[in-house]
Amino acid sequence: MKYVIIGNSAAAVGCIEGIRSVDASGPITVISDEPYHVYSRPLISYLLYGRTDEERMKYRPDDFYDKNGVKALLGVKAEKIDTAKKEVILQGGSCEKYDKLLIATGSRPFIPPMAGLDTVKRKFTFMKLDDAKALGEALTPETRVLIIGAGLIGLKCAEGIRHLVKSVEVVDLADRILPSILDEEGSAIVQKHIEQNGISFTLNDSVVQFNGNTAILKSGRQILFDVLVVAVGVRPNTQIAKDAGCSVGRGISINERSETTLPDIFAAGDCCECHDITAGKDRILAILPNAYLQGETAGVNMAGGKKEFSNAIPMNAIGFFGLHIITAGSYNGEAWVEKTEHSYKKLVSKDNLLKGFILIGNVIRAGIYTSLIRDRTPLDTVDYELIKQKPQLMAFSREQRAVKLGGKKP
Amino acid sequence: MKRVYVNEKWCLGCHLCEYNCAFANSGKEDMVKALKGVKIHPRIQVEGDNNISFAVSCRHCEDPICVKSCISGALSVRDGVIHCDQDKCVGCFTCMLVCPYGAVVPSPDGKVIQKCELCTNNSFGEPACVKGCPNGAIVFEER
Repeated sequence: MKYVIIGNSAAAVGCIEGIRSVDASGPITVISDEPYHVYSRPLISYLLYGRTDEERMKYRPDDFYDKNGVKALLGVKAEKIDTAKKEVILQGGSCEKYDKLLIATGSRPFIPPMAGLDTVKRKFTFMKLDDAKALGEALTPETRVLIIGAGLIGLKCAEGIRHLVKSVEVVDLADRILPSILDEEGSAIVQKHIEQNGISFTLNDSVVQFNGNTAILKSGRQILFDVLVVAVGVRPNTQIAKDAGCSVGRGISINERSETTLPDIFAAGDCCECHDITAGKDRILAILPNAYLQGETAGVNMAGGKKEFSNAIPMNAIGFFGLHIITAGSYNGEAWVEKTEHSYKKLVSKDNLLKGFILIGNVIRAGIYTSLIRDRTPLDTVDYELIKQKPQLMAFSREQRAVKLGGKKP
Repeated sequence: MKRVYVNEKWCLGCHLCEYNCAFANSGKEDMVKALKGVKIHPRIQVEGDNNISFAVSCRHCEDPICVKSCISGALSVRDGVIHCDQDKCVGCFTCMLVCPYGAVVPSPDGKVIQKCELCTNNSFGEPACVKGCPNGAIVFEER
């Protein structure tokens, strides 16, 4: 069995490790347009922040490809999939034959049309290692940075570069920060903390015109800047799958076995849409754990094993200037909220299930809440009142604990 | 594989395992010097009330969601033991987001995570919580 993987990030690594759990020797080829040994993309902000370096950013050790019998074609773009001949056509015209193929092409920054953007000399996106390197080189202690987008990428970028520059201003069309993971109250708490660390926000506003180093906002305000970072969102890389004939919605459609609608072609990671059990609908869950788990599932199935990944949920652990945030699931349901001076907690339940939560500040043992969501544990089988106070295994029955802690089979 | 298990019936809730854990991972040879006047950050934690108590530490899962979710590649499996390379860890706490046991905790300075590695990562060599449990409630065995 010959395996080909387009992509070289978390989903690809999950796939390789999944294949090797079943098939020790079938040749695997990885194709990536990036010239790097597999590295962790979410770590690029930590790189600028000074919390890691290129060596430590490697997602797997240097001998990973060798040990797993992987031929890594790095710095080469996969152009097209020929499903009839079962081969991937590479930039330059050469081909890689496959028996089973994984599409793990990830996503790319979305740059909306903005008037005068072409007049801005120093503009960047923030997704890949090369983006971080280029941005880092453009910064000096005198640089005024304008970031468009107060989402996860824009704000991690802001945190990463704050100490390197004169000022960082974040502009977003939305009226609050991090709307994809926080509720209004949570957004306000985190915004205040980030502001206290020297980042300024202009919300409910947008750029109508760039003019060199000036951004003119809808409100009429003008912002002078030296470096622009566009971080308004990402789009899945689906073109190669679409051209091959895979069913594609917003992302590539996959089932619980990570199969696309075409035989012998699998897909995983940010390029896909999958079923979110907390929202009850298909959506793109562009988070690293999901990419790994979908990739691993694909790998096992590609190699002839049996695996399903059927409890995907949105979930994020993120921090800004020492303030930790952990969130999971969806917030549509009955909310229970607890606030103290230094923390915020919201649990959302519906239909006897925990559907989502937000923890800001105190995030200790958050995974116990996450497991209630992922396992779809009926809340009437645990002491929900007790577990609301803090995540704890005491809230489970003695029998459930014997399974969790005692090594007893369920 | 041998793992650490606790017998709820025998656990007194005395918290000695937490102190033995903190000592074993302190890098110091003298328990008094290691722990006196120090806020401990043990990798095993006692839960419970007046009736029931039990200690919780990493289960070293065969299908470790923490390793699979780790964004930096700091977590890995070494001979069945879930190991954290603190040099690679960036302290994002994704492992704390996913661990169903709440067994991953921040390091004392909060910048990386730490977890039970069955004392394979310190000079103790065998689980200190087990050795020091006065009632034999914590055991290290195959199940």
